[in-house]
Amino acid sequence: MMMIEPRGGISKRMQMAIPVIAAFVALALAALPLAFAGAPIFPAYWEMFNGVFGSMFSFTEMLTRATPLIFTGLAAALAFKARLWNIGAEGQLYLGAMGAVAVGTGLVDGPAILMIPLVMLAGAGAGAAGMLGPAILKTRFGADEVVTSLLLNFIILIFVQMMLEGPLKDPMSMGWPQSEPILDNAALPRLSDVLPSQITIMDRMRIHSGLIVALIAAVVAQIALSKTTWGFKIRAVGENAAAARHAGIGVNRTLLGVACISGALAGLAGVSEVAGLKGYLTTDLSPGYGYSGIVVAMLAGLSPIGVVIAALYVASVFVGADSMSRAMGVSSFLADLVVSLSLISVLVGGFFARYRIRFTGKAGSPS
Amino acid sequence: MMDLLQIFLNESFWVASLRIATPLIFGVLGALLCERAGVLNLGIEGIFVVGAMVGWMTVYAGAPLWIGVLAAAGGGALFGLLHAILTVPLGLSQHVSGLGITLFATSTASFLYRTILPDVSSPPRIKAFQPMDVPILSDIPFLGPVVFQQTAMTWLALIMVGVVWWVINRTPLGVAIQAVGDNPDAVNAQGLSVYKLRIGAVMAGSALMALGGAFLTMSAFDAFFFGMVNGRGWICIALVIFASWRPGKALLGALLFGMFDAFQVRLQTEAGAVIPSQIFLMAPYVLSIVALVFVARKAEYPRALLQPWFKGHR
Repeated sequence: MMMIEPRGGISKRMQMAIPVIAAFVALALAALPLAFAGAPIFPAYWEMFNGVFGSMFSFTEMLTRATPLIFTGLAAALAFKARLWNIGAEGQLYLGAMGAVAVGTGLVDGPAILMIPLVMLAGAGAGAAGMLGPAILKTRFGADEVVTSLLLNFIILIFVQMMLEGPLKDPMSMGWPQSEPILDNAALPRLSDVLPSQITIMDRMRIHSGLIVALIAAVVAQIALSKTTWGFKIRAVGENAAAARHAGIGVNRTLLGVACISGALAGLAGVSEVAGLKGYLTTDLSPGYGYSGIVVAMLAGLSPIGVVIAALYVASVFVGADSMSRAMGVSSFLADLVVSLSLISVLVGGFFARYRIRFTGKAGSPS
Repeated sequence: MMDLLQIFLNESFWVASLRIATPLIFGVLGALLCERAGVLNLGIEGIFVVGAMVGWMTVYAGAPLWIGVLAAAGGGALFGLLHAILTVPLGLSQHVSGLGITLFATSTASFLYRTILPDVSSPPRIKAFQPMDVPILSDIPFLGPVVFQQTAMTWLALIMVGVVWWVINRTPLGVAIQAVGDNPDAVNAQGLSVYKLRIGAVMAGSALMALGGAFLTMSAFDAFFFGMVNGRGWICIALVIFASWRPGKALLGALLFGMFDAFQVRLQTEAGAVIPSQIFLMAPYVLSIVALVFVARKAEYPRALLQPWFKGHR
């Protein structure tokens, strides 16, 4: 007979160890699909490692990839903390990118010191609006935000398509559905342009100042969550909404606030991609950063600083697996496989940290 | 205005409605079965992809169509088992586990497809299910073509509505499944296994979901494309609330949805010049949200939905 018993509590060290173990378990499990694809296992792993840490360039590519993941990971972590299931970060990312493109391609012009905050504000606002909708439907009508925020992803992507064939279309793009380019003084500068020239190694690298913004966002979120009354309210609502209401916390107001912040962070992922990396908006701006953000948040145990580390891991998997798949002819879907396995592993790991399974002699023993 | 009326009078509109509804019927029934037992299965979107890929690949490898259908159901049940293990005995968050299953199932299916068929530029095709031509019945005016010129999988979907209704409402097993979704303690007190009932319901429900995916590659089309499921699974999660967890209403909801979709496609050809086509493409998703908002307040969720239950402690 199998019994499940709660453990006394989880030590801080255990809490930190679980995601690390889960990440390694997921990477180890990737040996199976690698073998299925007929790739030599150890050279494949080496190729993956080398694809990230082999050169300064590939390492900065990984950091570039991690930037939107930090934003979407924070978006998911904050919302999930309040038990608001924002699964719509993918759509909010595109809304953010659209907001950035709407104001950053010539509608207004000014010095970079005004334009860059304006573009970020527009993107964050658009993203916030994207999650405020499902949150209002939840608080006003009781409509499950999982379903509404998920379905919005599809609606928004079609909307982007429509905008790129209509008002946002670049007339110079030869019929290609893409927006006009972001103005130079509205773009997030490359790190090679802002860092001191001693670090000339940064030349021709795509890494941009969106990463700095993402890191600042993570630190601010960490402080807000652990040190402010607003953070306390979020945690209270997430742990027990009924008790929080009883204690006089405005549950709906807190949820709407979290929804806005979460949407804004996802929107900033779109701003950072379009104004920092690509320069213009297309419908393939994001390879699913919104969904990967959920994995990042769970790996991080919903801690903002953890999100940064988890985003670095997920980005490494993507960049490493890409380079490995080019070298070995293995499908690059392997990266998605490892990332999803990491999520499942960390869930199972969390269970074994909280509970122990005890096997007792016979069925129906008194409990 | 006459043109609009013409759309409804044309039997091809009704044939299309039922065809569009078919994968949703499978999906809503599957989601319904899981949720009636108290388990939300957000793995549905990925399980659709698995069903679509596995069913198609089995037939592509040379097996008969019905073996493909079975293989798809088996693949779905397997991912359902994983979701059930994570959410039932381990009691993990059904939301997060379900999303994990969707990511895992989608990437597994895509990886397998790419690995087995590495160098295909245009997706290879199979000989899919053809519309049945039942003698005499098919010749009944209007009803004949609409109901009897569908493929066998549409029939299977309609039969499954009856089967799921019968199991849930007329068998002891169905009573137990409902009870386990409402009050697992009572089920346990009667000496039944909460774990076995929930795991079984989730596996059966996931198998049904996978059939919805299989319909796409083996009946509606004859090839597998990445991204072909395109949110159909999520729409089913909305529809099951709209259907108040009843098989009959699930059929109704899926049919209404199919009619709406068939209607917008036809409207698009009529009004395509004035209204951007994307407005029509958005419509099904918008409709799902609107339907959800309308029923949300009075929806009677299975009482133990999302509640983990552990043997031996309350």
